Amino acid sequence: MKLHVLSDRLSLTHICGSLDKEAKGVYVGDLLSWVMSHAVEGDVWITIMSNVNVAAVASLTEAACVILAEGVEPDPETIRAAREKDVTIFSDKRSAYQLCRSLGALFSDG
Amino acid sequence: MTDAGVNFHFDVDGDDFSSAGAASVEVKKHLRQLGFPPEVIRRVAIAMYEGEINMVIHANGGTADVLVLPDEITMVLRDQGPGIADVSLAMQEGFSTARDSIRSLGFGAGMGLPNMKKYTDTMEIETELGKGTKIVMKVKV
Repeated sequence: MKLHVLSDRLSLTHICGSLDKEAKGVYVGDLLSWVMSHAVEGDVWITIMSNVNVAAVASLTEAACVILAEGVEPDPETIRAAREKDVTIFSDKRSAYQLCRSLGALFSDG
Repeated sequence: MTDAGVNFHFDVDGDDFSSAGAASVEVKKHLRQLGFPPEVIRRVAIAMYEGEINMVIHANGGTADVLVLPDEITMVLRDQGPGIADVSLAMQEGFSTARDSIRSLGFGAGMGLPNMKKYTDTMEIETELGKGTKIVMKVKV
């Protein structure tokens, strides 16, 4: 599913990055080393971490995008690094659990 | 790429989390341009990133040298940090000596060295207390 479809359906706030990437799965986590070793290419990564290292981890894992949950706002430096690395970031007020439920329903609907 | 391979050298700044990961991202870009398989690139990038982060957190930075050959990628990380007191303990998942301020950034999960070992074919650690640490990791293609 393309990110622009996912973004529209979930009414996510788009912070930066391409909406043309393909989302294939979902990963939730805040411990960056853990995310590094478990998230896979094409994942929608849900986290409450907003520091600049999130951009590096998203880029290295080739996550389709990052969704900052619970209304977390990215640091300006994170946005700058994300733009440099072509990382797509959204923010949303929902919790990681609520986002997972919505994404699960969206993926199963196709 | 020639048979002699391609070398990359990076200086990793200490205590600078804003640029941590820069070397890994750069290596990843080069490996992709050289046409390596995605899984090889992923393994190298993860191992490099963890090594970089370790040098930033624990050793006030260091250097990373990467030698890329058609059949093997070697990463050599050197720092002049405090050294690792108990390597076997440090290799255990979940063990970390990172400060709380580091943990609040999402690091210090005690996954760094275990991830480096997990994603490489060989990993050798030479460390001396008060002198520093050298880690050599190889990923076979």
